[in-house]
Amino acid sequence: MSDAPAGEIRIIADHLTKRFGDFVAVNEVSFEARRGEIIGFLGLNGAGKSTTIRILCGLLRPSGGRAEVAGFDVARYPERVRENIGYMSQKFSLYGDLSVMENLRFFGGVYGVKGARLAERLKFAIEMAGLEGRSDTLVADLSGGWKQRLALGCAVLHEPAILFLDEPTSGVDPESRRRFWDLIYALADEGVCVVITTHYMDEAEYCNRIALINGGRLAALGSPGELKRSAIHGQILLVEGDNPGAMLEALDGAPAVRDVAPFGSSLHIVVDDAVRDLPAIKALLAERGLSWSLIEPIKPTLEDVFVQLVAGDGVHGAAP
Amino acid sequence: MNLRRVRAIARKEIIQVWRDPRSLMIVLLMPLMQMALLGYGVNLDIKHVPICVFDREGSQQSQSLMKAFQASPYFQIVEADRDYEAVKRAIDGGRCKMAVVVPPDFSQDLAATNSASVQTILDATDDNTANIARGYAQAVVETFSNDVQTQRLQSMGQQQPNPPAVAEYRVWFNEDLESRDFVIPGIVAMVLALVGAQLTSLTISREWERGTMEVLVSTPVTRMELMAGKILPYFFIGMLDAALCLTIAVFWFEAPFRGAVLTLFVTTSLFLVVVLGVGYFISASIRSQVGASQIALLVTMLPTTLLSGFAFPIDQMPPPVQAVTYLVHSRYYVTILKAIFLKGSGLSDLVWPIAALAAYALVVGILASRAFRKTLG
Repeated sequence: MSDAPAGEIRIIADHLTKRFGDFVAVNEVSFEARRGEIIGFLGLNGAGKSTTIRILCGLLRPSGGRAEVAGFDVARYPERVRENIGYMSQKFSLYGDLSVMENLRFFGGVYGVKGARLAERLKFAIEMAGLEGRSDTLVADLSGGWKQRLALGCAVLHEPAILFLDEPTSGVDPESRRRFWDLIYALADEGVCVVITTHYMDEAEYCNRIALINGGRLAALGSPGELKRSAIHGQILLVEGDNPGAMLEALDGAPAVRDVAPFGSSLHIVVDDAVRDLPAIKALLAERGLSWSLIEPIKPTLEDVFVQLVAGDGVHGAAP
Repeated sequence: MNLRRVRAIARKEIIQVWRDPRSLMIVLLMPLMQMALLGYGVNLDIKHVPICVFDREGSQQSQSLMKAFQASPYFQIVEADRDYEAVKRAIDGGRCKMAVVVPPDFSQDLAATNSASVQTILDATDDNTANIARGYAQAVVETFSNDVQTQRLQSMGQQQPNPPAVAEYRVWFNEDLESRDFVIPGIVAMVLALVGAQLTSLTISREWERGTMEVLVSTPVTRMELMAGKILPYFFIGMLDAALCLTIAVFWFEAPFRGAVLTLFVTTSLFLVVVLGVGYFISASIRSQVGASQIALLVTMLPTTLLSGFAFPIDQMPPPVQAVTYLVHSRYYVTILKAIFLKGSGLSDLVWPIAALAAYALVVGILASRAFRKTLG
């Protein structure tokens, strides 16, 4: 917890569980999130990230455990919770047939923002989305990045203490993603507690803390640095070559190799000691007649952590 | 209930209807088209029934009888046949609904007994038309024989005998016995029931389909606020449609209007709340737009057509079916509209159907507000 900001607690999840019939979508998830903190939920599709967020927003009732958001129990006082949160769903959720300003006014109305504060917040949201001079444009005519930023603007119109973002940047170009994260940092700086789900590993690096979700369970929780230190026992070697498939096969189960996993067109090998084990690995590849263009020790990435913790030993044969 | 939130939803809804061609069509075109189609289409009057005649006597008097049929607005002689074979073919072929056969001893009989008898052969595949045509035919023949008798007595210089006691009919409320006069108010009720349910049937399912509902339920909006905000704009649109339909009924179809506009306003408002509530209930229960629209059509169209009494009198239905009609909302409004139009009834005359509609509105309102859940999945 050393990297976590020590603000007041905004979210408490305590053994939170959600079952759909026999399927356990969220399994005893417990964590806390504080003021000004950005906490990222990382996991495969269907791991339970969105379900957890929906429970915390009061959109789904937990089957077990409890959660408090902004000091209110989500199952007992969902309306009080909703007054204190902003939520961006996975699906694009603004009204395409309404203009930028009409959408903002609508959300201002349902969130009960009025008078001078409304005018000020509308101006803020327009500036934040970078939509100055386009307030009469129909939202359907905006491109992805604008829509995303406007949706964020609508979600924070009432200055919520807690912001839930469910895969907000999926399908948006990298430049727009970067701008979006600038906005999230600005909001966190002002004290908003941000909960964000993503499957982009690079995005997860931006979070203060990461909650790694696998099969409904919280597999790990900590800052990116902490996760890397605790999850990776050993060092990572990056291997690039012409035939990664054959190399994967050759290295899998070899004496010095603790684990091997494909990363794009290259391989990551986990070894105990890179300097000591490097010659043996080179020898092994040469013996099999496999050529490499690069083998070098690298710093572990979150993807390595993800592979270690989530994919576990199921990594063998995983699709590259 | 926070009025600011209700207003925000209502305003958004109006903008959306205004910008959505499909909604605009339901709002403006559908009532117009239905009024025109049903107003012209539903005609229960029987006039110009095609008949064929087979005059077996060929006398002056039998020809006069033929002329009497020809002169009646209820019949139109389409062919004259020379034998029964031809009559049979004419009826089998559907060219005529009735055949009038004058017997060979027609004038003799008329002179001897002072009453003529002719044979009528009816195509009773449509028993209603056949029955009514038979009645009209009987009247034509009776009038004819009376005339003949009177003429003969006069020609013999005798005083006309005192006619036997005759019941005189006086028809109230629809003096011309025009079916259109009582059908048109019923059609207004039907159009409003259909359009009203359609208007709101899309309103919730559209938000689910477009994904906007997921965020809307994460806001502090309550179920009641959502329902009020969603129904309110359609109430005004519905009142506009009602005014349109009623204007067409009175000024285009010339249905007699004898009641007060205020009575009409109060009862129509109540009925609209009911039908909009039904549409909202369906929309909140079914999350697809097409499904909701279809169900709304089904649950309003069938009962309203068959069981509201707009065209088919309820008191002629078998008792179990009559019992079912009490569940049909439009039944009460049809009763109310017919009473206001034809009888000029006021609010105090209509206490019972108004109370029934109010009870209906309450139940639908409770069901509709409960049907919407502010949770997913």
